[in-house]
Amino acid sequence: MSDVAMTAAQLGFYGCPTCRRVTERVPSSGDVRCGLCGTPLYLRKPNSISRTWAMLLSGYMLYIPANVLPVMHTGSLFATQSDTIMSGIVYLWTSGSWYLAAIVFIASIVVPAAKLAVLTFLLVSVQRRSRWAPFDRTTMYRVVEFIGRWSMLDIFVVTILVALVRLQSLATITVGWGAVAFGAVVVLTMTAAMQFDPRLIWDPLADGPRSRVD
Amino acid sequence: MTSKSESINLSELIACHDCDSLQRRVPLPSGGAARCSRCDALLYRSCPNGMQRALAYTVAALFLFLIANAYPIAGIEVQGDRQAASLYGAVFLLWQEGHIGVATLVGFTTLVTPSIQIGLMLFLLIPLQLNHLITGAVPVLRVLRVVRPWSMMEVFFLGVLVSLFKLEQLAQVETGVALWAFAAMIPVMIASRMAFEPDEVWEKVSALS
Repeated sequence: MSDVAMTAAQLGFYGCPTCRRVTERVPSSGDVRCGLCGTPLYLRKPNSISRTWAMLLSGYMLYIPANVLPVMHTGSLFATQSDTIMSGIVYLWTSGSWYLAAIVFIASIVVPAAKLAVLTFLLVSVQRRSRWAPFDRTTMYRVVEFIGRWSMLDIFVVTILVALVRLQSLATITVGWGAVAFGAVVVLTMTAAMQFDPRLIWDPLADGPRSRVD
Repeated sequence: MTSKSESINLSELIACHDCDSLQRRVPLPSGGAARCSRCDALLYRSCPNGMQRALAYTVAALFLFLIANAYPIAGIEVQGDRQAASLYGAVFLLWQEGHIGVATLVGFTTLVTPSIQIGLMLFLLIPLQLNHLITGAVPVLRVLRVVRPWSMMEVFFLGVLVSLFKLEQLAQVETGVALWAFAAMIPVMIASRMAFEPDEVWEKVSALS
């Protein structure tokens, strides 16, 4: 972890996201393409911060209906019952399978909330050109990128339940609007993480006098 | 202190995708991996016979994926009333009920994306195995990189297990062949991903052209 690192951007080089080779900027040509593989290149992902904010704020807005509205309705001859994500977890917990309850709780409640919080933190720190712990913030970004997909768990659970419980005489399960909002949150936070450019975390280290030894 | 070396040979350099720091490419020992000196990102690896193994795993994944879609995942029985569901059937049902968004999301992450992955891997690796140069290698590698996070077989498998557990309290649950095909597909897909190093594809493509 030497901090004398020279970045590609400082030398006017473009790093390729597909093959990671370096290409030099050609003056007076519009778009730059990778010399080896032809991928269109940018010094940083275009409009990374504003795009990530847009996805993230939409994610925040949909996070509320995703948790408040029922994700599924169970109808039987005698009664109908609506389940939110949280009540589904409570059901698993009270029926004795605390480990499954824990898995669903982490995947459906903890992971989306942590993703929203971490991405917000990263965006704010990047916009303030913070030099604080770039290595740890990059690790946070990688974790968010890695765990994001596991939030889809509840959508798959509802899908299988809807498909299997089709017994007209006994019960039917239908999808609730909470599931739609929840799916949208997962997609929005995943695309937000993809739009975010982790290189922005390291950029403040390159300008001005270097901060104290870290 | 090589930051200002006089004549930089661009093909020897590599830029970290996570922190943009420049480093020199070094030959790796067999099975080794190069990591960024600043942020520890995985830059490239050496996979002995990687493409060959990736191809073998992809063929295996193809057959498992076909089985997983041809048979029901699970069934339930309540007082003689039976019901079974396949993945395709589940997506189709959601679509029919008007939940096009959820149906698209589930279909995309469990049917479309794995198909694209398997199809493109075969498209890329079979000709290279036979030492034929293919024209579409660049867009194929780009699509594979973009599509990867949206392939959610392992999440889907866990979702099936959770839903079956919920149903077990209410009805007799029977697992289907497809469930085990899905289960087998997960390690096979991971193995194929571990063996597949895009860097080796670039080298092979460069060598052939």
